[in-house]
Amino acid sequence: MGDELLNLTIDGVRVSVPKGTLVIEAAKQAGVLVPHYCYHPGLPVAGLCRMCLVEIEKAPKLQIACATQAAEGMVVRTQSPQAKSGRMGVLELLLINHPLDCPICDQAGECELQDFTFQEGRPATRYSPHYAKRFNPVEDFGPDVLYVPNRCILCTRCVRFMEDVAKEPVLNVSERGDRAYIGIHSEGRLDHPWAGNVVDLCPVGSLLSKDFLHKARAWELDKTASICTGCSQGCNVTLDTRENVIVRVRPRSNLEVNRFFICDHGRMNYRWMNRGDRIEAPLVRRGGELHATDWDEALDFVASRMRGAGGRAVALVSPRVSTEALFFARELFRGLEWSGAFQVVMGEEAPLAGVPNLALRAERAPNASGAELLGYSREYAAAVATAETAAVVLVLDEPDIAVRTAGALIYVGTVLPERARDAQAVLPIANVAEEEGTYVNRDGRVQRYFQAKSAPGMARPAWWVFSELVTALSGGPGGHVGTAAEAFDRLAASVEAFRGLSYAQLGFGGAPTPVATVVPA
Amino acid sequence: MGYPHKPHPKETLVLSKHFGEADARTYKGWVKRGGYEMLAHALTMEPARIIDSVKESGLRGRGGAGFPTGLKWSFMPKEKKKPHYLCVNADESEPGTFKDREIMRWTPHALLEGAAIAAHAIQAEVVYLYIRGEFTEPWAIMEKALAEATAAGVFGAIKLYLHRGAGAYICGEETALMNSIEGKRGNPRIKPPFPAAAGVFGMPTTINNVETLAAVPLILKKGPAWYKGLSLASPKSTGTKLFSVCGHVQRPGNYEVTMGFPLKDLLYELCGGVPPGRTLKACIPGGSSVPILNREETESCLLDYEGVVEKGSMLGSGGVIVFDDSTDMVYQIMRLARFYAHESCAQCTQCREGTAWTTKILERILSGQGKTADLDLLLDLAENMTGKTICVLSDSCAAPVVSGIKKFKQEFEDYIAGRRKPLLVA
Repeated sequence: MGDELLNLTIDGVRVSVPKGTLVIEAAKQAGVLVPHYCYHPGLPVAGLCRMCLVEIEKAPKLQIACATQAAEGMVVRTQSPQAKSGRMGVLELLLINHPLDCPICDQAGECELQDFTFQEGRPATRYSPHYAKRFNPVEDFGPDVLYVPNRCILCTRCVRFMEDVAKEPVLNVSERGDRAYIGIHSEGRLDHPWAGNVVDLCPVGSLLSKDFLHKARAWELDKTASICTGCSQGCNVTLDTRENVIVRVRPRSNLEVNRFFICDHGRMNYRWMNRGDRIEAPLVRRGGELHATDWDEALDFVASRMRGAGGRAVALVSPRVSTEALFFARELFRGLEWSGAFQVVMGEEAPLAGVPNLALRAERAPNASGAELLGYSREYAAAVATAETAAVVLVLDEPDIAVRTAGALIYVGTVLPERARDAQAVLPIANVAEEEGTYVNRDGRVQRYFQAKSAPGMARPAWWVFSELVTALSGGPGGHVGTAAEAFDRLAASVEAFRGLSYAQLGFGGAPTPVATVVPA
Repeated sequence: MGYPHKPHPKETLVLSKHFGEADARTYKGWVKRGGYEMLAHALTMEPARIIDSVKESGLRGRGGAGFPTGLKWSFMPKEKKKPHYLCVNADESEPGTFKDREIMRWTPHALLEGAAIAAHAIQAEVVYLYIRGEFTEPWAIMEKALAEATAAGVFGAIKLYLHRGAGAYICGEETALMNSIEGKRGNPRIKPPFPAAAGVFGMPTTINNVETLAAVPLILKKGPAWYKGLSLASPKSTGTKLFSVCGHVQRPGNYEVTMGFPLKDLLYELCGGVPPGRTLKACIPGGSSVPILNREETESCLLDYEGVVEKGSMLGSGGVIVFDDSTDMVYQIMRLARFYAHESCAQCTQCREGTAWTTKILERILSGQGKTADLDLLLDLAENMTGKTICVLSDSCAAPVVSGIKKFKQEFEDYIAGRRKPLLVA
């Protein structure tokens, strides 16, 4: 690749692309999606499904768009009669051995074979019903992956992913001709920490997630852009929601962070978002007992306790809450002698060998960097010790509260741990799937996540809770923060590390913090 | 070629001159016949001079495609920056072809000498001879010959290795062969990059057929003009060619004739014609992958690259399969399709599914269950299988189907209409 731009025409649209660009990618610029199966931008080119046949002027025969590099003055026609007939031929052949079991197939609705057949396939097959279709039994490939060979179109995306991206070549193409199928190493399992990606890569319903098996139809799902909370990598994900329940997490492409992949730890890390034992109303201590109340009273209650408190304040926060919440929690203590800390659960690091700087990170927290940028320290034990004598102790969604204090304990969280029952007030907040906000990943990249489902009962985003408290304490109206965007922009305006960023500009891809990259501890 | 028959006066014995002489297999015997003189001479020559000679001789690839050999060699980088390789395609697996086998059986040193000269011409230090897995006897002979010649030190700095295939037809395709040498599944690779840019182990590679290389020492010895003079028809086809004739002829075997030799004479005079009481029906002139010729085309066909193309087929590998009037063409075509369906590497959709579907349709026709629409379907499938895949295996399956239906449609229709007794059980 170089700076040199090449000009070509695709279906009458002129585009300019850098030298080295493949025709299939150049076509996307022209607004043309050339149907394809084996091609995937995250995998080496195989050029074998032959689905992306297009006509290129001056070429003697049809060319595959996925393996042909753009050239100056090239004229590409994807809709010429020859190109369409070539692709129609491929579709018919792919379907002769493919069962028409879409009604019971998990892929239906998001199946590339279905989509392209609908788009440009034959209305009916010419394959005689008297011929048997290829049959092979379903195979158990790994902890979360089933292989349904009958649906397989041998595009080899899974084989190439394991070989060239995961660098653990446990899959291959076995047998030849129409007897071929995806084989697994006789002593191997598809249990690589990133193996689940083969399910997303599979263009048909041949590789299935056991976790998602028969759980929902694709067209019932609402898709929401989010950020994985599994570790500090900050992989971009899509949360698939069905009737207010998260049923699946899938990677969302971001070339700067996770390309097209997520690890299995992140993929499976969603059930807690659907927890039923949530705090649904604010609770305040009256007469030695916690009583449910409304937000007005709860906010007044907490504000009054804080207003009266003279002395030290301690905030023990979770590195899984939004940057905005961490910002307003800090604002709450403006003027007080204050210390804040968080703790990070550690695990094993699991890199994806074929992609630089992509791993399931040992640090299992999505927003540790955000907390650090906002002045929270990693000296958690010290903060817990300080809390004993503090006047006010705020615990923000940290279920593991081993804190004793003589002062007022305010617990803000999604669920109510046993120890939090000693709190003066308990304020219910939304979890990551129920609010908008941002996380800062280990490389200092600020990324937005969006709301996928509604919060239970009276739970509110934590940034709202704290910003309301800040407003109540400062004693005047006009300070209310109504949206996550406002919350972020407030933060960007007052914290040097975020200076110049705007919520709108973060968009779906995020942006690096202007200050030097956070150095992970 | 003579062996196992006596040479026919109309043959031109160049490559096959020493076939049948057990002594020629040994290093000493080969040297006695003037062997390895040209290699010693070639190793003192500028590589470019050798390439020029071969270009001038008009030698074209004998493996099937007929690409000019000298030109192919000249595609290798002139300035050597990476290791260069020469691959020798001795995977001769095209049905109906058995000429390379005879070269390896009788004149193994001719191949080794030609390979070493070619390696020098393309500045390769390593030669891989990829020998078909089923060739047990040629393998043993080649192994011995290589050991003897290596011990005699004739190859200089060039290293030659034998690599044995495992019996896949597709490994005769040049890039599949390279994958196989690398220890990978024998799948053809997409081109570009072409082997001269990135071949075996990703390095510049030239790949040549056994018969092509065996001719090289003689071209250097007798001069390109002599070789170029061996041409009876088109000046673009020079030298001699070994034809492996099989099927319904009285004397099947390998015959070496000058390019442009009439196919009719090869069949009727050299091979003794079809069995008594029979008449010629059809002929596949260049190995199973080329279109079938009918009797009229066969009898007017000249055997060189241009002559066979003129009749609508290809010279291919020179595997001549002869059918007399007792042949069931539908069955023969089904057998070919079944072969390709079995050997498809399963990469390209058209080939993986198309070869198998074609076979099923032909089997159904043979079992008396065919429909009239099946013929159009076969032709449409063949269209989809031609010119759209990584390699030409799919095209090879389509070629006999298309030519067969075009030229012997009546036989297909007889099965479909029930005028002919079903041959298979549905």
